[in-house]
Amino acid sequence: MFLSIENLRVSYGNIRALHGINFNIEEGERVCIIGANGAGKSTTLRAISRMVPVEPGTKMTYKGKDLLKYPPDKVVSELGISHVPEGRRIFGNLTVMENLLLSAFARKDKKQVEQDIERVLEIFPRLDERKTQKAGTLSGGEQQMLAIGRAFISGKRIMLLDEPSMGLAPLLMLNVFETLKELNREGTTILLVEQNARLALQFAHRGYVLENGNLVLEGSSKELLENKDVKRAYLG
Amino acid sequence: MTFFFQNVVNALQWGSFYALIALGYSMVYGILMLFNFAHGDIFMVGAYIGCGVATVIITLSSSGVIVLPHWLILVLTILISMFLTSFVGMLVERIGYRPLRDAPRASAAITGLMIGIILETGNLLLLGAQRIKFPSLVHSTTYNIGGVFVTNKKIMIVVVSIGLMLALDQFVRRTKYGMAMRAMAFDYVVVPLMGVPINTIASMTFAIGSALAAAAGILFGIAYPVLDPYMGIIVGWKAFVAAILGGRGSILGATLAGFLMGFIEIFVAMVFPSTLRDLIAYSIILLILVFRPHGFFGEPYSARLRL
Repeated sequence: MFLSIENLRVSYGNIRALHGINFNIEEGERVCIIGANGAGKSTTLRAISRMVPVEPGTKMTYKGKDLLKYPPDKVVSELGISHVPEGRRIFGNLTVMENLLLSAFARKDKKQVEQDIERVLEIFPRLDERKTQKAGTLSGGEQQMLAIGRAFISGKRIMLLDEPSMGLAPLLMLNVFETLKELNREGTTILLVEQNARLALQFAHRGYVLENGNLVLEGSSKELLENKDVKRAYLG
Repeated sequence: MTFFFQNVVNALQWGSFYALIALGYSMVYGILMLFNFAHGDIFMVGAYIGCGVATVIITLSSSGVIVLPHWLILVLTILISMFLTSFVGMLVERIGYRPLRDAPRASAAITGLMIGIILETGNLLLLGAQRIKFPSLVHSTTYNIGGVFVTNKKIMIVVVSIGLMLALDQFVRRTKYGMAMRAMAFDYVVVPLMGVPINTIASMTFAIGSALAAAAGILFGIAYPVLDPYMGIIVGWKAFVAAILGGRGSILGATLAGFLMGFIEIFVAMVFPSTLRDLIAYSIILLILVFRPHGFFGEPYSARLRL
């Protein structure tokens, strides 16, 4: 089993955000979780990244290793599970290059880091043009590219993406998803959460539907795209 | 006119103390969003550690175990004391602040006050109530430059302080640890997602701030060679004011504000009776803050506090 999530429960104060959800991801897959605002999509990713505490009974393993034994920075640097947070959250006071270098903070393989940075700048030539600029001066689309580039450098076995389409023009959005497909073909497993269900299902191999903290449906993207409940609720 | 320049020299010396201590407040505030109110007392601890280190080295040197030139004794005292005091800072962070990282900010603030009191009274318990004389590290020489009397101590204090500030600036600008600190100041919640261990960075921030406070403590001891356990309180408060006046997390801001405060204090005392010094000096600073509520180089905190 590559990434296995069992009985994941998370609460914020008295409000339970996730009611014990189960799912698996195999190596090399592109998987999406779709659902409405507040369904618990972001919480799921935060739990995997160990950014929110989970309740007892939760089991999360990556290649048999217990995720709960790793602090957030080690999930990234030792397990290679990176996270592109909602709203991009790039460091606006650092240059583009510094943002990329920071994401290699824990890496010791200097040569490979250089190659990875080269690769990111090759995939996103816009970032190459702006590498000495403060990241805060980038447009929304460029910031999303930087956020993905950063994740690629910090850990590229699994990439967790939280609403990467948010705030992007349609053309740019397609562009970003094409790039993600390319990274996936090069070996990065992708777990994507999106409100834009059509876009997410066109991108992913298969998907899950999350409603009020429960996974209510799963299937291949094709099945979900044709499912009449999904159509009614999410594809309108 | 010579009177004026005489006061410039004094202002630079006091500004050096304020600026060095302010940097520690400012870095911790900038990076961890908390006020380390124990910092003034870390300055005091640094001065005492410096006193101990200097005494040991001077004894070793004068008893002929290892004979060292005066300048080397001074350099060693500063470096070793900075190193030792950095551990005090890391300990304060580990015990007092790390467990309270997600607690309300007010709890973290009183933690600092409590640790400060513990350091003061702990010192009292350890060394007793009598004041301690700081050993003489620099043989005083006075230069007469066009009627202005400048001691070599004052020159040394200002030069060492500015040297340390420049070193800090380079560290924060050029190293990956400095980069991580700047990133944390911008949005510390997402920093772990870059694979950066934030506890290490937090520890390092306290270590650096405390080392600078120790340097200030030794320089202070050289200028005013009497130490007491409460010496860090007033100086610490004033340096804290300088840190906030400089703007959140701004190294340049804290430095300039530290020197500005030295100047305001000295020049107010030049014109008005010295009993009115702080009253007038701090009214001026209050006024500056009214017009620049974020300080000289501060920006409103932009990042969200949750992921």
